[in-house]
Amino acid sequence: MWVIGTFNGLIRSKNQVDEATSDIDVQLKRRYDLIPNLMETVKGYMTHEKDTLVKLTEARVAAMQVHDNKGATLAEREQAENALSNTLKSLFAVSENYPDLKASQNFLQLQDELSDTENKIQAARRFYNGNVRDFNTKIQVFPTNMIAGMLKFTKYEFFQAAEAERQNVQVKF
Amino acid sequence: MYNEITANKRRSIILITIFIAIVVLLGYTYDRLWGMGGYGGVVIAIILSLIMTSISYFQGDKIALWTNNAKPITKEENRYVYNLVENLCITAGLPVPKIYIIEDTAINAFATGRKPELATIALTRGAIEKLTNEELEGVIAHELSHIKNYDIRFMMLVAVLVGVIAIMSDMMWRVRFFGGRRSNKDEGGGQLGAILLIIGIIFAILSPIIAELIKFAISRRREYLADASGALLTRYPDGLANALEKIAQDNQPMQHAAAATAHLYIANPFKSGGIKSWFSTHPPIADRIQKLRAMGR
Repeated sequence: MWVIGTFNGLIRSKNQVDEATSDIDVQLKRRYDLIPNLMETVKGYMTHEKDTLVKLTEARVAAMQVHDNKGATLAEREQAENALSNTLKSLFAVSENYPDLKASQNFLQLQDELSDTENKIQAARRFYNGNVRDFNTKIQVFPTNMIAGMLKFTKYEFFQAAEAERQNVQVKF
Repeated sequence: MYNEITANKRRSIILITIFIAIVVLLGYTYDRLWGMGGYGGVVIAIILSLIMTSISYFQGDKIALWTNNAKPITKEENRYVYNLVENLCITAGLPVPKIYIIEDTAINAFATGRKPELATIALTRGAIEKLTNEELEGVIAHELSHIKNYDIRFMMLVAVLVGVIAIMSDMMWRVRFFGGRRSNKDEGGGQLGAILLIIGIIFAILSPIIAELIKFAISRRREYLADASGALLTRYPDGLANALEKIAQDNQPMQHAAAATAHLYIANPFKSGGIKSWFSTHPPIADRIQKLRAMGR
């Protein structure tokens, strides 16, 4: 009886982690899709920023490659996505020099959406970490670990930056 | 943070156990004193209490929203608030609840809903305008934690139990005055019977009060739990701590608050001060702030 209960509990936990993974995916995809729109909007205005735009395209392509690569580790994925985040940040920083661009409704809306998507990616990662924590704990404590061992359940990894970035954001001037 | 959560959950269970023990004890005393067949009295009390509580709880949130002229918001009109709530829901793994705004300058919020799919949260205009991002996030996280921990359902259960105890004491009292039937087997009690009688009567008088006190204790415990769970969601306990400080300094009672729904709010909607502690639905604000700041260390 206990075995069945524990087995089911473990399956449920694992599925929650998998669900959380696909939740993150949803947000990542949303970001991939928004970026081409952004580039179209800024291209006309930011004629001197070819460099930044090229970097953005490259980062996006690289991230998508890692994303589609089934064998990529969590750390690699995180790295690729963070690189993309950073190039986006650079782009928005540079856009400060273009008042015409900043007056464009289209641009402002896209900026809003992308910023919101960044928040959603962070939120999804924290949710994922929460589920991973629960699952990892379950498979490690005694006596559940015996059944987990039989099922060949292994630990999941955490997103590191998700925890750290929250602290950085709180700095106030 | 995690310690706070497990400790609060454990204390809630202890309190509920005490509650159930009281009910069982009352039922036993009832049976011994008046010898009314078995636990029939308890069953009737439970049914009555369930009916009364269900009505008040199913309508409670609608009344709270209605008396405050709460308006539902749409994603387009209130992007800022909606995004805050939506992102926290993603972190918590909850569906996004219905969001309402109450036009009141006091800073407050409440959450209702038996389960996450049917949940609602309301924020006051004061909360939205006077609190910073992180503070408002802390407040919303606290409310979402109430929903996630099924606190509303929990308090319903507690209210039912309180009702059971109140009804049973009431029944015992009435039966006593109209002369209860005592089966012959109890006559042999003698001295023991007299003592039991006295204990039973004292118990019957005090138990409704004890039950109310326990209910308030449980309510306070769940508030601490929501504070801790909310802090876990945002990973930033100082956010809610700062918000609570602002609420304490503001010290504005809400314009349309009813005693029946007071426990739903994040902070006591009535003017604080005076005899609060034992009969208060919320723990003292200073205490909550202290606990939250301790989590951050």
